[in-house]
Amino acid sequence: MTVTTEELKALSADLVVDARGVSCPGPILAAKKAIGGLAVGGVMEVQATDSGTLKDIPAWSKKMGHDYLGAFDEAGCIKLYLRKTK
Amino acid sequence: MDTSKKTIIVFSGDFDRVFAAFVIANGAAAMGDDVTMFFTFWGLNALRKPEKIKVDGKTGLQKAFAAMMPRGTDKLKLSHMNFGGAGPRMFKHVMKQKNVMSLDELIESAREQGIKFVACTMSMDVMGISPEELIDGVECVGVASYLGEADEANVNLFV
Repeated sequence: MTVTTEELKALSADLVVDARGVSCPGPILAAKKAIGGLAVGGVMEVQATDSGTLKDIPAWSKKMGHDYLGAFDEAGCIKLYLRKTK
Repeated sequence: MDTSKKTIIVFSGDFDRVFAAFVIANGAAAMGDDVTMFFTFWGLNALRKPEKIKVDGKTGLQKAFAAMMPRGTDKLKLSHMNFGGAGPRMFKHVMKQKNVMSLDELIESAREQGIKFVACTMSMDVMGISPEELIDGVECVGVASYLGEADEANVNLFV
């Protein structure tokens, strides 16, 4: 499920994970650590500057069974969104 | 979550190879997989405590091997461009600049994520490395234990 950038921007994340400035595998480690604190159905926003996360967070979400919603770049900060499903 | 298992054989004691092995191991664990890392031969050096530990009962050759090999992550060499030790220092400098985790941080993270470290007793014996010289929490096993784990894994890497 991928939503439009406008819809993503309108989303209010229940949890924001700051992985800016961190290189691989930092962002997915941060995402894994943080998602435990999110309720099922909640939306997590991962902020990153490593361009690899654009592929990595979707792959991580798929493997973990969460719904990846999409991403956009805001002034060099990549914001990725996913919904916790279990 | 579709949990599966990954096994990684760390044969090399080169800094860059060991580093890559730990990046993959941490990534797999973050994706919900069970990970076992099997350290053998030169790879054992990555798990050695940095300090010198006196162990009785080693032969002269075992002592010589142990003395000549790097003790711990900080002493590992690069597989290319080692430049007598300047290479790893430059590497670490750039990695720090780029905010890449250090090898020690990756090992710490691997532990936090429950990644299992096992060491090959045969190569420990040959190379004169005793269990007390390795960092804590390393299980010393033989090839059958590794193969038993590999049978259950869907990915097995030899580094």
